[in-house]
Amino acid sequence: MKFKSQKLAYYFFAFAMLLLFLQITYGFIMGFARIGMEGLHEWIPFNVARATHTNLLVVWLLAGFMGAAYYIIPDETDRELEWPWLGYVQLISLVVVSVTAVIGFHFNWWEGRKFLEIPRELDYLVVVNVLAFIANIGVTLLKGKQRTTTAGILFFGLLAAALFYLPGMIHFDNQTTDSFFRWWVVHLWVEGVWELIMGGILSFLLIKLTGIDREVIEKWLYVIVGLTFLSGILGIGHHYYYIGTPNYWLAVGGFFSALEPLAFLGMAIFAVTMAKRGGRKHPNALALNWSIACALLSFVGAGLLGFAHTLPMWNKWTHGTLVTGMHGHLAFWGAYAALILAFITYALPQLTGRKLYNSKMASFAFWASNIGMCLMTVAFGIAGIIQVVLERRMGMDFLTVQTEIEPHFIGLLLAATLFASGILAYIYVFIKAGLPTDRLGEVYDE
Amino acid sequence: MLSKNGAKYFFLIGTVFFGAIFLSLSYDTLVQIPKQTKEQNMTPLVVKGKLLFDRHNCMGCHTIMGEGAYYAPDLTKVYETKGEDWIRNMLIDPEMVYPGARKMVKYDMNEADQDAMVAFLKWISEVDTNNWPPKPVNQE
Repeated sequence: MKFKSQKLAYYFFAFAMLLLFLQITYGFIMGFARIGMEGLHEWIPFNVARATHTNLLVVWLLAGFMGAAYYIIPDETDRELEWPWLGYVQLISLVVVSVTAVIGFHFNWWEGRKFLEIPRELDYLVVVNVLAFIANIGVTLLKGKQRTTTAGILFFGLLAAALFYLPGMIHFDNQTTDSFFRWWVVHLWVEGVWELIMGGILSFLLIKLTGIDREVIEKWLYVIVGLTFLSGILGIGHHYYYIGTPNYWLAVGGFFSALEPLAFLGMAIFAVTMAKRGGRKHPNALALNWSIACALLSFVGAGLLGFAHTLPMWNKWTHGTLVTGMHGHLAFWGAYAALILAFITYALPQLTGRKLYNSKMASFAFWASNIGMCLMTVAFGIAGIIQVVLERRMGMDFLTVQTEIEPHFIGLLLAATLFASGILAYIYVFIKAGLPTDRLGEVYDE
Repeated sequence: MLSKNGAKYFFLIGTVFFGAIFLSLSYDTLVQIPKQTKEQNMTPLVVKGKLLFDRHNCMGCHTIMGEGAYYAPDLTKVYETKGEDWIRNMLIDPEMVYPGARKMVKYDMNEADQDAMVAFLKWISEVDTNNWPPKPVNQE
């Protein structure tokens, strides 16, 4: 690494690894509940497990984004972080907020709003935390020796993500208005500004890993984020089909969300083309593999599987079924989880000064987690399609249909076991790499 | 061939243009929501029901207007399809209604809270959801 303050990234990544492990644990609790094994129901009912599972996802991804930003911004601006100490304070407060929220969920201290269950009192702490983060990287960027497009897009994405958290904090008595603004946070995050963060991080990785000229990569970065907003902003309409909002959203949402795969297709072509042009000469081949997996699986998960149920004539049958679970898992995995794992794979040798990349265990982690998640998506997909046919199209009772699809959840649990073994291997490699060092310099050049 | 500057303007102009359309449509939506959701029927009891719905994180298992967790049935039309007494029984002891089936938290809800939940679910069932959920094909 070039600057001592980049070391801060390591601790954010370590926290992200812990939360990822917990997220998977709660995923298993839900998976077993779906096949009738509800032994933990008295202590961890499904809604507690679900809120914990999804919020841990959001927080570990945010911790990953923050860690990546603390690594990238000094690198791109060619200076130390403005206030490294503030970064550590911010990490501690993030840990406190997350642990309090997760414990609180188990005592029904929450808001029952999907993805935004963190109680209002903690929301204010989240705001302070994110302000400290934005200030730290923002001032570093302003005082930087150079301002690159990659750093600018990443910062813009992070700033916009912080701003779009605010509409979710407004209280509405009307369920429809409440839901309308909830999507301002959730949709405009994952199908909007988070894609800017993704583009920024992926661009940084491709510049480092392929050696292709920055100008070429950053030009395409603009095109991709342009496509993201062109389709994604009005693509929010696919959440407004059936929640008590005007019916013009059926046309607007249908048209623009059908265009949303373009940005992910752009991202996939971008990553594969740059990797090919660069000739795959970088010693950390796995970091490039993770980057390509991120781009390809985000296209399949977020792009294709999103398109598969986004048009109103299909969505009226699939809305509110496990088909959404199918899309959600591969989309989050491909676009964001794999991205952070790609970044950690690249940055860990730099942070720790140890050349432990490309081990057999790291390869196993890559293949097992990616194949496992693809198989989980298949299991969700089959269960979802059967649910749509039996419950929605044929009118069978909900619980009867759930019993019919139980075998596919056994399949899901088997796939999840493969996936989890990959993640455990990844965490093992992370721990084995050891703690960060103060030694500066480019590990890959040595 | 597209230059980097051209790509930058494509991003900036597109974002501002579609952002402006989104804000205009959002404004119109907020104007129309009261009528489409029959807000005049949103009594204090309905509002209390919504608060209880959130406090118990019902969306963490059920869906409402198709949004939620897919572990338990959608509740948008439950007032119409199952009726008030059934809802009250579920809020007291779901095991009594569905013995041995997939578990729901036993809320043992008092009568005042049951009234609020019933009022909320009745109000939700009357929201114009653009004809969602659709009727099964053999019942059309």
